[in-house]
Amino acid sequence: MIAGGPGRRGGPPVALSAAALTAVALVTLPLAYLIVRAASGGSRAWSVLERHRTLDLVLDSVGLVVAVVGAAVAIGVPLAWLVTRTDLPGRRLWAAAAALPLVIPSYVAALALLGAFGPRGMLQGALERLFGVERLPEIYGFPGAVFALTLSTYPYVFLLVAAALRGIDPGPEEAARLLGRGGLDVFRRVTLPLLRAPIAAGALLVALYTLSDFGAVSLMRYHALTRAIFLQYQTLFDRRPAAVLALVLVLLTACVLLLESRARAGSYTRSAPGAQRRPTVTPLGRWRWPALAFCTAVVGIFLAVPIAVLGYWSAQAADFGQSLSIEWGAAVNSLIASLLAAAAAAAAVLPVAFLAERYPSFWTRTLERASYASNALPGIVIALSLVFFAANYGGFVYQTLGLLVFAYVVRFFPQALAAVSASLRAVNPRLEEAARGLGRSPSAVLFSVTAPLVRPGVLAGAALVFLSAMKELPATLLLRPIGFDTLATEIWKFTALGSYSRAAPPALLLIVLSAPLVYALTARRGSQLATPG
Amino acid sequence: MPRRPPCILIAALLGLTLSGCGGDSDAGGNGRLTVYSGREEEIVEPLFQRFERQSRIDVEVRYGESAELAATISEEGEQSPADVFFAQDAGTLGAVAREGLLERLPAETLARVDPRFRDPDGRWIGTSGRARVVAYSTDELTEDELPASIWGYTDPRWKGKIGLPPTNASFQAFVSAMRLSEGEARTRTWLEGIKANKPKFYEKNLPVLEAIASGEIEVGFVNHYYLYLLKEEQPSAPVANHFLRAGDPGALVNVAGVGILEGRGNTEDAQELVDFLLSTEGQRFYATTAEEAEYPLVGGVKPRKGLPPLSELSGPDVRLGELGRELESTLELLNELGYTS
Repeated sequence: MIAGGPGRRGGPPVALSAAALTAVALVTLPLAYLIVRAASGGSRAWSVLERHRTLDLVLDSVGLVVAVVGAAVAIGVPLAWLVTRTDLPGRRLWAAAAALPLVIPSYVAALALLGAFGPRGMLQGALERLFGVERLPEIYGFPGAVFALTLSTYPYVFLLVAAALRGIDPGPEEAARLLGRGGLDVFRRVTLPLLRAPIAAGALLVALYTLSDFGAVSLMRYHALTRAIFLQYQTLFDRRPAAVLALVLVLLTACVLLLESRARAGSYTRSAPGAQRRPTVTPLGRWRWPALAFCTAVVGIFLAVPIAVLGYWSAQAADFGQSLSIEWGAAVNSLIASLLAAAAAAAAVLPVAFLAERYPSFWTRTLERASYASNALPGIVIALSLVFFAANYGGFVYQTLGLLVFAYVVRFFPQALAAVSASLRAVNPRLEEAARGLGRSPSAVLFSVTAPLVRPGVLAGAALVFLSAMKELPATLLLRPIGFDTLATEIWKFTALGSYSRAAPPALLLIVLSAPLVYALTARRGSQLATPG
Repeated sequence: MPRRPPCILIAALLGLTLSGCGGDSDAGGNGRLTVYSGREEEIVEPLFQRFERQSRIDVEVRYGESAELAATISEEGEQSPADVFFAQDAGTLGAVAREGLLERLPAETLARVDPRFRDPDGRWIGTSGRARVVAYSTDELTEDELPASIWGYTDPRWKGKIGLPPTNASFQAFVSAMRLSEGEARTRTWLEGIKANKPKFYEKNLPVLEAIASGEIEVGFVNHYYLYLLKEEQPSAPVANHFLRAGDPGALVNVAGVGILEGRGNTEDAQELVDFLLSTEGQRFYATTAEEAEYPLVGGVKPRKGLPPLSELSGPDVRLGELGRELESTLELLNELGYTS
């Protein structure tokens, strides 16, 4: 925002505007579809708003979003600080482990948590043997939904904040310390205000994920807006009221976006392009033990427990004498589709982010914000909208891998956008201006100066899209070429039959395949989400 | 179904249509069918494989949830690549038929199945039956402790012990059938009585059975074959099925079925598949091989051992084809009484 700096000579290049406009037009196709459907429904479709006690549903969804965002920030921010700014033992490993729940699909997370903490789950079984405990507190409903969704989303906050912590200028913190402030005080008074933008960006991704989720809330039996949308499809086969309800989700998205803009307005941007210095390490002293306990608790509950449950189910499969075959074909398909999606998303967000950050105006910001419009929509809505457009107007594109990849880009565009925008904001525009002053053309500056500086952000954005695409299910089911099985569809194939023992191995394989990328995302020094290299 | 992922991949990458791919089955007639299947791959894939071997017709199957595939077919409209829609329940087939997307089936095909298991208009036909039952915990109950009729579960003795899936299509079909056979008032009283017993609600049938197995509840209103899926995963689960007596609204038999999409120019092959599904071999599949022990619907094919014969499960006197029209009122009733809101 401040970074762009006004007073560029002339407006943005036409090619840039055209590219950004095309990208945003394509990712907002689902919105166009919803408007067409809702408009064709007449007053009957709109009456769904009264019949379904829509206000209650909206409040329930908002309550869920508030709780999940709160939990994700409360977990993500301290974790990020611990692994980047302190002498916590083994912090590299903690950093990778804490980000890994990102790759667990939320429906698998919910199943695993129920297996562990549900009625007659593993925890209760163990407690019954030891202490005769017959009932645990009810997990279904609000607590379970918050629990499962926090697992799937806190890594967004953690990754964005950790990257920012590695990148921000340690100068102000050092000054505060020289003035006699203690470690915690410096964090609260100096570091935390600097983190407003990445926390807001992370919270935005968490909020949109929570609004769009159906898998976890349905397994936890929580009545959210998405559930009402699914009811319309599943029981009444009427797509028009469903579209009306989905438009309510879009409205909620607009509110969330407004809040996020407010929250980060006036936040800090790295102002000097000077050489990056390593931030000072805060010694934890005797606080080391509580810090370790905190990390153990988070990683234990959100990573070790689901993996243990999946491992236990896989072992059961062997007990039943089922042959444990590893679906390599599905794994290869998942990797290919997700890699293509990551590359396409990174390429598509670049013009949008560049336009909004370098030529800030009401229109360019609005364009950037508009690209978030479909992100709170459940996957089924996005899938059906693309079915509609591609089957009727897309010619040969329908049911090809290309369309599936496009669907991933539509769904996960904001994740790449958040990462790329953050890194662009951190590049001082004066560097680019200097190159222009030395006689380089705008496009030469873009390739020789800007591109190398934002590369880490682009890679990080691509990685987030890759990880999300690996676990995507609803759009994959409807849009994949026939016979194109992915790990997510393999998991679904068996959970639909209630066969957790056979669903667990592909779920574990999904985690194992994604893990190296998560490690690379968290372990690279000086080249993270929000920092220029 | 021969799988050729690399071929599919390359074709897709090049942006070619898939129909250009997999050249071993060659031109000369269609020889190729696209099926949208809301029935699970794990269960019906062997059936398609047998058909392919017999007919030399290549079958490509898109698997998904029945309702989502129905919505997909509607969105695709004229452009739908699907020739055949194989669905989990009568309601979904009815919805696609009402949009005018299904072809009328020939009389001799329709004649293979009792009229109550097919569309009165002849646009879809049942291929296997699924009976409503009361599943119960054998840890907590013996079968003779269970009420003889579904009406008995409004007794306060069952407070907190009942589980059901109010948003599930087969539960809703059962309520629709009750409204048709017993009338609006009686159905409302029953639903209110059940509600007063504070039942636990689940998303689908199988979680109801899992909850019985785990001791959360003692009885559940579900379809009969989920028990077999549960036993596959938990062989010693303390759960059994109680079949209600004939005429009881709780003994409704619903179907999974099939319909042919209109105007695809591939009707002959599609018809061959439908006839295979209704042949003695296609029907015996449910009695012998399939993981779910559904009821064969064609006369002369016996169900899995241990199941009461279909004729004893006459259920309420309603036609499945009529249930679709009732769905909206049923949903309003369930919503009003707090089952789905």
